[in-house]
Formats: sequence, C-alpha cells, structure tokens
Amino acid sequence: MKTVFVEKESYYDSALLMLTSQEVKKTSGVHDATVAMGTEMNLDLLRSLGFDSAALAEAAPNDLVIAVDCNSVESAEAARAAAKRALSRKAKATSGDAAHAAPTSLASALRAQPDANLAVISLPGAYAAREARKALESGLHVMLFSDNVALEDEIALKALSRRKGLLMMGPDCGTAIINGMPLCFANVVRRGPVGVIGASGTGIQEVTCLIDRAGSGVSQAIGAGGRDLKNGKVGGATTLMGIEALAGDDDTKVIVIISKPPAKAVAEQVVAALERAGKPAVAFFVGATPEARRAGSVVRFAGNLEETAAMAVALAKGKRYAPRAFTVREAEIDAIVKRETRRLAPSQRYLRGYFTGGTLADEAWIVAHRATGAVHSNNQTDPKFVLADPHRSVGHTVVDLGDDAFTVGRPHPMIDPSTRVERMMAERDDGEIAVVVVDVVIGYGSHEDPAGAIAPAVEAMRAAARKRGGYLPVLASITGTAGDPQNFALQKAKLEAAGCVVMPSNHQACALATRILERIGTRGKAGAR
Amino acid sequence: MTEPSRVEPVTALFKSRLSVVNLGLASFADNLAAIGAEVAQVDWRPPAGGDAVALDALDRIANGGTDVDAANKKAVEILLAAKPTLIDIGIAGEVIPGMTPTTVLHSGPPVTWERMCGPMKGGVIGGLIYEGLAKDRAEAEALAGSGRISFEPCHAHGAVGPMAGIVTAKMPVWIFENAAFGNRAYATVNEGLGKVLRYGAFSDEVIARLRWIETELYPVMKKALKLHGPIDMKSVIAQALQMGDEGHNRNRAATSLIIREIAPILVQLGEPVERIVRILNFLNANDHFFLNLSMPSCKCALDAARGVKGSSMIVAMARNGTDFGIQIAGLGDRWFTGPASMVEGLYLPGYSAANAAPDIGDSVITETAGIGGFCMAAAPAIVKFVGGSPQDAIAYTTRMYEITLAENAAYQIPALDFRGSPTGIDVRKVVETGILPVVNTGIAHKEPGVGMVGAGLVKPPRNCFRDAVLAFAEAYGAAPASSRSDP
Repeated sequence: MKTVFVEKESYYDSALLMLTSQEVKKTSGVHDATVAMGTEMNLDLLRSLGFDSAALAEAAPNDLVIAVDCNSVESAEAARAAAKRALSRKAKATSGDAAHAAPTSLASALRAQPDANLAVISLPGAYAAREARKALESGLHVMLFSDNVALEDEIALKALSRRKGLLMMGPDCGTAIINGMPLCFANVVRRGPVGVIGASGTGIQEVTCLIDRAGSGVSQAIGAGGRDLKNGKVGGATTLMGIEALAGDDDTKVIVIISKPPAKAVAEQVVAALERAGKPAVAFFVGATPEARRAGSVVRFAGNLEETAAMAVALAKGKRYAPRAFTVREAEIDAIVKRETRRLAPSQRYLRGYFTGGTLADEAWIVAHRATGAVHSNNQTDPKFVLADPHRSVGHTVVDLGDDAFTVGRPHPMIDPSTRVERMMAERDDGEIAVVVVDVVIGYGSHEDPAGAIAPAVEAMRAAARKRGGYLPVLASITGTAGDPQNFALQKAKLEAAGCVVMPSNHQACALATRILERIGTRGKAGAR
Repeated sequence: MTEPSRVEPVTALFKSRLSVVNLGLASFADNLAAIGAEVAQVDWRPPAGGDAVALDALDRIANGGTDVDAANKKAVEILLAAKPTLIDIGIAGEVIPGMTPTTVLHSGPPVTWERMCGPMKGGVIGGLIYEGLAKDRAEAEALAGSGRISFEPCHAHGAVGPMAGIVTAKMPVWIFENAAFGNRAYATVNEGLGKVLRYGAFSDEVIARLRWIETELYPVMKKALKLHGPIDMKSVIAQALQMGDEGHNRNRAATSLIIREIAPILVQLGEPVERIVRILNFLNANDHFFLNLSMPSCKCALDAARGVKGSSMIVAMARNGTDFGIQIAGLGDRWFTGPASMVEGLYLPGYSAANAAPDIGDSVITETAGIGGFCMAAAPAIVKFVGGSPQDAIAYTTRMYEITLAENAAYQIPALDFRGSPTGIDVRKVVETGILPVVNTGIAHKEPGVGMVGAGLVKPPRNCFRDAVLAFAEAYGAAPASSRSDP
C-alpha cells in the first residue's frame, strides 16, 4: 500500500531529507519511502510513482511529505515515526575531532607546533633522508636515528645543515642529550659543564652516566652518527660543527670527543678544531693507544670510557686527574677475584662477553684482547679474530648482540633483551667458560627492566656450571643514572640477587675479568698490546 | 671543509626550550612527553603510499635545479591576486575565441563523440538542435558522428560548463574579466534544475528554455549589466562563504545576493513588467543560478596562473563523464587523465546509485580555486552529503591545507575562526601525501535528459596526479635514478 503523510510547515534541508529517506526505508514492512519537501518537482515525481494525487495536493513547498510504500497501516505509521525521529535527532556527539587529529606530515606538525626546533627521525632508512632534508629545509635541527641511509644522502644532508647552520645528528645516531632532554636512547643526566660529542651511542651513554655519577654533569651531548668521523667523505662534518657550537656555548666548560679511530686527516681536523675552541678537551678514540698531551695543548687523550669521564670531570672541577684501574680498593678487588675463582673447574678457561651496547662490547674486546691477545668477536675488523659464525662463541669471545647479524627483523637487544637471553641459554652448557661479562644499559629508550630480563639467564648459566661441579663468575655493570626511569638501585639489586658482581663501570667489569683470567692462569699470548 | 660553519642557530638551540617533532618510533615521543618536553608525534605514512617510482619523481623534482617552491609561490600569488569581475553577457560565437558555427564545447578534457557518456551525448544532441544544425535526435547523432563538428573542451577556449558543459555558437555566455590580469572567462546561463541541457536533456521544453534565455533573458541582462557596471565576484563569493555557501554544491546565498544586486537594476530598464517577473522568477527558482557565475570566476582567476614556468600548481581539474583530467601551471595545456569515478552521495527521491552517471562537469574548477569542497566547513547545510556532522566538514577542509600552497585571506571560513580557504593545489603534495582533492558534485542520471539524481563527494582518480608528477619530473627534475651512480 502507498501512503502519504503531509506535515505542514516543516522545513528541512534536502540533504538531511535524503538521509532520512534512506533511514526510513530500513523500517520493517517498508518497501520504499521518500521523505521530501512538497515542491512541485517532488510532488510530480511522487505522482509518477503512483502515490495518491489528492493527498499530495495537500502539500505546499514548505510542507514535509512522507510517502511510504509498505505492507500495512502499522508499518506506514512506523515509517512516519522513524522519519520524525530521524529529523529531530540532535547531531551525534563526534568521537575524536578529526580536525584536531595527529598531524600526518612534518609540514602539518609544524603548522600545529610552529616553534618546533628539532626533528627526531626514526623512520625506515629509505624514507628517513627525505624527511631529514625537509626538516632541515624547514629550519629544524635534526636527530636522525635511522640507519641504512645512503652515504651520499648523509653527505648531502650534512652539507645542507652546514649551509643552514643547523645541527645534523646522525644518520645512525642513537643517543643525544639536548638541553637536558634525553633523546632516543639516553639517560637522565644532570646538567653541568661537560659538552660531549660522539660517534658512538653507548659510548656517549656510558661517559655521560659516569660524569653524572662522579658528581658533575653534561651541558649537551651531541650524537654525530657512526660514519661521521670514520668515513673520510663525511669528514667529521657534525663533529666539527658540534665543537664550534660547544665552543660558543657559555655553559660548556669542557669538551669531550668519543669516536672510533677516525681517518687520520679527520682526526687532525678534530684536534685542530678543539685547539681553536680553546676549552679544555678530552678525546677518546676507541681502540687507539692514547697519544700524549702535546705541550701547551688543551686536548688530552683518554684510554677508555671511564677515563674519558674522569678526566673531563677533573678538568671541570679544576682537579688533577689521577689514573687508576679500579675505584674500589685493590684489597677488595683481590678478595673478589679469590672468591669468584675458588671453585672454578680446570676446564674453565675462557672469557665470554654478551653485550647489548656496541661501544661497550668494543671496550670489552680491547681490554680482554690486550690481556690475552686472542679474543674473538663479531664486530672486529681483524679477520683472525672475527667469529666464523656470529651465533656461536669460540674460545675468548665478546659478542655484540646489537650487530646487524642479530637485529634483522628483530628489535635491538637494548629494547628486547631476549636475543641475549637466548644466546646465554644456548651456551650455558659450555664447560670452558670461566667468566662472563655483561652490560646492562638503562635509561630512556631501553627495556623497562633489563636486569630482570637477564637475571634468569645468569642464574641458569651459574646453575649449569655448579651442576658440572664448577662455578661461574658473572661480572656486570650498569650504564645508567639514579634519575633513569628503571631505578638504578633496583636494577643493581636484581643483578646481585642473580649472582652478578656489579662493577661501577664497564671498564672495571672488563678489567676485573682479566684479573680473573690471570688468576686462573689461562692467559693466552700475553702482552700483545 | 675548512670554511667556518654558521653555528649561531645551534647555540641558539642550546638557549631555547626544546620543541620536538617526532617521526617514527612513538616511544621516543612518549619518553619526551613523560619528562615534560614539548613534542608532537607525526602519524607518518610512507610518502606517495610507498610508490617508489612516484617518490623517485618527487626527489628528482626536488633535486632538479628548478626552484619549484618559488614558482608555486608566484603562481599562487597570481591566483590570490585575481579579481574576477562579471562585465557583460554576449553570444558565444561572437565573444569566445576560436568558436565557429560548428564548434561544440564540452566539459572536461578532450573526448570524441564515440567515447562520450550518455548525458554528454544528450547535451550535444540538444546543442545541435538548438543551433538548427539538426532537426531531431537521429539527425543530430548522424552529424555528431560525421566528423563535421569540432568537439573541443570548454577549458581550451577560456570557458567552463557545469555537467555536460555544452556551449554552442548561438548561446549567450557570461563574460568575465580578471581585472587584475586582463584575461577573460566564459560560461553559459544556468538553466535551472530538472530536464536541462547540462544533464543531457534535449526535449522541446529544454530547447524552448534555451531560446527564452537567448531571446528574453539575454538582451535584458545585457542592458542590466551595462547599467549596473561590472560586478566584483570576489566580494560576492567572500560574502556567500559567510552565509553557508561553498560555491559549488550550495549557491543559495550567492544566488540571493546576485538577485538583490540585479533586481533594482532590472526594474529601471523600462521593460514590460511580465518580462521582469519572468526573469526574476527564473532566477529565484534556481538555487544554482550562481554556479555559472562562480565557475567562470574561478576559471579566470586560475587561467592567469597558467604557464608559470616551474610551477606544480594545478590550474584546472575537469571531467567529461568519461575521463577526469588535470592541467598543471608549468606543463602547458597538457591534460593528465584517469577514468571518471562514480560519486558517493545521497540521492534525490526516487533515485539510487544504479541511475547515476560517472562524475562529470567543469564545476570542479571551484575546488581547483580553493572553494567548493575545499570550503566544506563553510557550508554546514550540505554536510550530510559528506556523511555526517559539521565536524566531518571541518575535517575535510582542514585536510585540504595539506595539499595546498596558500590560504586565501579573501575567502574566509567562519567555522575555522575565519581562516582563509585552502588555495592552490600542489600536485606534488597530492602525490606525496596521498590526500586527494575533496570534490563536491551533483550526480547526473546516466540516461540523457533525466537530470540531477543526487549529490555527493567524488574521489578523483589517483593516476592523473601521479602521471602529472612523473611528467613534471621529466620537464623539471634531475636525471632519472638509472643514470645516476648510486641508485
């Protein structure tokens, strides 16, 4: 049946009426429905659809017409009610105002936050360089966390940043502290007089944390990216600019440079830039034998990460730096060595380092290799000491679990410690292991409880050693500060509860490991370095 | 390498409050927010949807030596500075450059008679009958297919036409001048709703209305415009945006403003009262009367920016019911086309999607100039077409700022705190963001002559924007990746 209702003097917008028609059609028993104003055109149409002409004649252009083709009088009335309900409904509350949704591009973010001054970019490498270029073009300083950025892109980005006078940290820059704010993987370090520039993530983290623990602080920590000093074509562009910037920064009293050994020409430029800056400076080129301080030079050379921090703090405080291997008393070190080696089985001969931090692994390798001359690793360049299979330790081995071999399709072990736990569990039945060294890196970016994550693996390795009739010393250090969100004290307690000896720095943990190796008389070719 | 760096911006950073934009791992932003830093997380998507070829073209454009940003600034400044003015009404064959008695102009990019959709064929038939070149449908179809008729896009002649956009030699056309740059644009008089030529109708009543426009409306309007003098359309559009119009799918306010402007003039012309009544009733009966004034306003504004070398601004978007096409300021008169899409919308009583023709008409010139769908937030009365609330309309308009070059201070949107309309589409931004221009449109019946069956939103085909970017990279970009040393 076809029924027409005319609601006098009820004007509605035609679009709303179209929507209403659609809703009314859903009413049970309704085949078709038209809700429209009584204009001549609409009335013509309804007449052509077979609705009653007499009823339609009642309607004027300002009247609402509800025309329903349906089964029964009841369904017609239901349709009329549905139409009225739809037309009187208040606008629905919208969830999440689309106009104020998150920006979808750098450009829209800048419109919303026009005072932005730094872009942090951790996009896939293929896209990262594009966005970094846009950020620089928009006048932003950039921290480019992403790796897999083409060398030519890095060179072009750094050239652009120099033209613009903007800081271009990275690519492959994991750490920075700008104006006290930890960026990406970084620690809550108190502010202070030491400005740090580094081409090494965990190296910067370790040094800034040790500066904090020594009672000083950091003005800025600038990450340069892994290739900045190493690659002659990049030529230390970020490092050199960072030195100039820290030279002009009143809050920076001491400048620290941390890097793998740069190309010779680049190293000379860096030292020359430090000389020009004129502020007391400490340079640590990881793996290089520290040069002696040249007469009259402001630049001192450190031999390890801890020494770098200690020298910088001494300079900042105007004190003399006195080198020493351990910050705990020698007698105590001897007691630890005795205690930890007493129950070792004769088969236990080798050191194993399981590291999440690349520079921390380097430091472990350097210290152990200097003592034994025979340490394998997955991130060394000398083919004699490169692990044939990065997934299997042999003899003395220091493995960097943050290496590409372990991170394809998986998060970095500082975020997801399971890679390291699996490796330790897989090697727990190796009866030749005499001592294990591990790093625990906390701070922003890192896993929420790395000590808790490694503890079961430490316990399992130690239990397996006991079961074989031996014992397993596990030496650890924590890269972190009291201000870090993981709670430094709690992390330390968890490691100690698992049986770890927790040393004040990575360098001291590694040095202690070599003391243990000496003690059990398993030194390899001694004095190679 | 030894040149001294500029480092003042870096030392200035050390003295500023850190304000971070984070692209990538959200945890980095969360950490910064947790320690009280100012940080915005970008909801980042791969540019160009991860399309490596398009992305490479964008990079080549960026590395190509042409300062596209500067060229676009120039182009959009021309667009913003335009002063569209209605100056006269004339006969198409006499005023439109290149018109001949056998020229038929149509909407959209070029299309042959064989490829034309139903409504456009109907419009051609009606136009040929109106011109006296054919006496009925059969004759008109034979003539249209004979090769003796020159089918050309309105756009190629400085003209624009809604829907089928048919313009023939004897039709009266509004004459617009861009008072800032001197270029002209043309459009026919809007015939009203229902059975009309632009929807492909060619029945006797349609032809009769066209004749009435020519014989009664045209001479009176010509006199009226002469007495009134030029009408500044920029101010009419600006007012209409404050009154709930967006200049494409809602023209009720602007139509009213024009009637208000012209009525006191009409009554002074000494014409018979019945004639003036017929004309005023004709204007009053058609909410879309202004559409044929808003379109040439936009056309003459955009045409002034044509040919700006190195500019990637879109100067025309148009559909012929078969293809959707765009033209780029820096790429001459070349069209980049894709298949015309179906419109997503709401239907007039008695119609459904099954009756709809694909997207058709030059009216998308309004969006190209920054009104229409781009000003959806200004027209809450029609937001139901876009599926909902005024917030949705605001979201549509807000998104258009992502793909445009400027904000038009003359065209302000009340709901956005009088922010200027998003103006000047950069084809690079369309491809890079994947955000397509929002186009409001009417829906034509697929059969000739039935008329409008609904209205809604149409999504332009993506490929025409992509093709334009690839061609732009050819014209202005660096050499392709294959000839570079490091891919």
